[in-house]
Amino acid sequence: MTRLLAHDAILVSMAVVLFGIVAVPVAMRTGRRGLLPYAFAAVYTNFFLVSVAAVAMVYALVTHDFSVSYVAQVGGRATPLLFTVISLWGALEGSILFWAWVLSMYAAAVVWINSRRPGNLVPYAAATLLFVSFFFAILLVGPADPFGVVSPVPPDGPGPNPLLQNHILMAIHPPLLYLGYVGMSVPFAFAVGAMLSGEVETDDWMRITRRWTLSAWALLSAAIIAGMWWSYEVLGWGGYWAWDPVENASFLPWLTATAFLHSAMVQERRGMLRLWNLNLVVGTFLLTILGTFLTRSGIVSSVHAFTTGTIGYYFLAFIAIVMLASLALVAGNSERLRSTGRFDSAASRETVFLLNNLFLTAFMFTVLTGTLFPLVAEAIKGVKVSVGEPFFNRMSLPIVVTLLFLMGVGPALPWKAASKAELKAKLVPPAAGAGLMLVIALVAGARNVYALLAFAFAGYAAFANLREYWIGMRARRIAHGEGWGTALVRLVGGNRHRYGGYTAHLGVILVAFGIAASSTFRTEYEATIKPGETISLSGHTLRLKAMWGREEPQRSVVGATLEVMNGSMVKGTMEPRMNFYPMSQSPVPTPAVRSRFLGDLYVNLQAFRPDGSNATIRVIYEPLVPWIWFGGGVVVFGALIAIFPTGRRTDA
Amino acid sequence: MTESKSKRRPWVIAGVVAVVAVFGWLLYGGLDKNVVFFLTPQELLAKGTAGYDVPVRLGGQVKPGTVKWDDKTLRLTFEVTDGKSDVAVQSSGAPPQMFRDGMGVVVEGRFGRDHVFNSTGLMVKHSNEYHPPKPGEKPQEMYKTLIKGSGS
Repeated sequence: MTRLLAHDAILVSMAVVLFGIVAVPVAMRTGRRGLLPYAFAAVYTNFFLVSVAAVAMVYALVTHDFSVSYVAQVGGRATPLLFTVISLWGALEGSILFWAWVLSMYAAAVVWINSRRPGNLVPYAAATLLFVSFFFAILLVGPADPFGVVSPVPPDGPGPNPLLQNHILMAIHPPLLYLGYVGMSVPFAFAVGAMLSGEVETDDWMRITRRWTLSAWALLSAAIIAGMWWSYEVLGWGGYWAWDPVENASFLPWLTATAFLHSAMVQERRGMLRLWNLNLVVGTFLLTILGTFLTRSGIVSSVHAFTTGTIGYYFLAFIAIVMLASLALVAGNSERLRSTGRFDSAASRETVFLLNNLFLTAFMFTVLTGTLFPLVAEAIKGVKVSVGEPFFNRMSLPIVVTLLFLMGVGPALPWKAASKAELKAKLVPPAAGAGLMLVIALVAGARNVYALLAFAFAGYAAFANLREYWIGMRARRIAHGEGWGTALVRLVGGNRHRYGGYTAHLGVILVAFGIAASSTFRTEYEATIKPGETISLSGHTLRLKAMWGREEPQRSVVGATLEVMNGSMVKGTMEPRMNFYPMSQSPVPTPAVRSRFLGDLYVNLQAFRPDGSNATIRVIYEPLVPWIWFGGGVVVFGALIAIFPTGRRTDA
Repeated sequence: MTESKSKRRPWVIAGVVAVVAVFGWLLYGGLDKNVVFFLTPQELLAKGTAGYDVPVRLGGQVKPGTVKWDDKTLRLTFEVTDGKSDVAVQSSGAPPQMFRDGMGVVVEGRFGRDHVFNSTGLMVKHSNEYHPPKPGEKPQEMYKTLIKGSGS
């Protein structure tokens, strides 16, 4: 019953979507604009129908309706309710359904808000969103059908992938990622809409989607940080980033979207980079689809790759269609994409933005090359290879330190052209921040050139961005006699876009400090100890109090209780565990983390004797790791400042 | 303005080409040194001296009866087999808790001239299908002193 309802909802939605895709160009070409409200209605109806399917799926999961193939695959009676609900995105079919649902929601919202705008841009953007929806509907009735029949109906299912039900972050990371990924469809649809309707020269597509792009970028940033945190809390190796293809898949569109946020300002202020911006938006969208392809097609082996099947060909075909259509559109609009401004001076903010775009794009191509190389090598030469971390680290470190430096230079420079005196006044003082961080890093024992440069440039950028606040606040104090607090609020309130950006910079700098410190100064030690014995690492001593085990409804747990010692005093306890899920052949590590301002004590239970008479414990000290999570929050906060509506609101 | 633009154009194009070329060359050089080959024991041994001391991911099964784990020195040795050839592997650090004879593994590391593979990373390979645990393999049975005895 549920199964049929949901399945039919998707089928009907395909007809509705197809109608909308056809209705828009027909209305435009024949001048029957009366058709447009029906095309918009198709967008809302699609949202309703996909919602029916998604809610039906959640209902089937919660009621353990194992006659539905997806429920039989990921459901389990012993799984706690929360993890049952979130297993909606725990495997291939469900995650495609979730994608389609989020997309239909975005489409409905963006059309609802903009449907009264005259002109052809919004209808064409709506048709583009429907076109993307149609692709996902095809997947849902074809290779990723979650509503298959299971007969005979099994009494119980295996439950979700153990790695995905071991931590609460799995309830947060995937929805954030999907909201961010799918959100990039909105600027893409409006860019395509602008090209189809011949309205590119008005730049309206960019103004309309500014907040959507920023929101999607903020969600994607948060998702990447949450993914790192999950990896840190669940995988037990004490790291948060391994250049795994799935991590890269989330990072690639972030790089181009970040480039776009900057170059869009050059277009708004100076009327340049029109063609480039369209390419960035199309590229970002393609990278989100590529990322979904990489992670969902099973072409790379990892925890995210669910299956091997024909779904990969669908994705490749879709990517090819979007790429060719976009190229044709950009070529057809090239006359309208002329710059109206020009670069006046090398010493200007637009030059720094151009360099920022150059390095972000180079970064993207580097990561893309390393990610796709194994696929290409296997397809062409038939050899199985992987690209090691050294490649990514070696190639990206020069880019990263340059970007950190630019992040300090950009905010300090004015648009158009800076005089020599201005350059000196703006660029020299932040060197104090660079010098301070360099000294701190040297004293702490860093000797690697890139580590030192990263600390120095992050210090430079932090100084430069904080100084912008300081200069603005001081000016307000002198001009209006305001207190520091009022000056700060009014300064940011008066130019949210700009100061939101600086806040996001500060967040990125915090993340950079966290990564630089934890990869430079990380120490670890592993030993086998008996209950009562201790293990020590860089001033931290842990005593194994006891080994224990317990049964939980969906799993068995074996853990170690360790006491954090201060001399003979017990400061606290840590309990690293291993969770044994019946579905999995090996346990899921569950490290214990003790976070302090300056770093984490990270303890993982590596192995133990079956009778608990000893345990092999790995202790890692990870400096500044909490700064990464906190910095991610600051990035999102900065984006929120920029998203928040400007101007006075009389209602609300 | 049009004239200065058309004069500048060839230089801009040359600059872009140069930057892209240098960047491509860097990428190629970086890849060339950091590609890790995925090999079976037979393929590794077939490489002869070319297989020594280069980064490799070695895939196969743990040969039954070869696992030795000293929890005092944290030294783990075993052999990886593909049914045709065997390679001795040495690694430091605890083996995965459910490390067993016959299970699929991928070890990352380098093959030494002493014909011992020095592992820097050990991954356990699972088939994606669900197999119910065999008798005696359930954690409640394997760790019964811990799970039943503690009573917590």
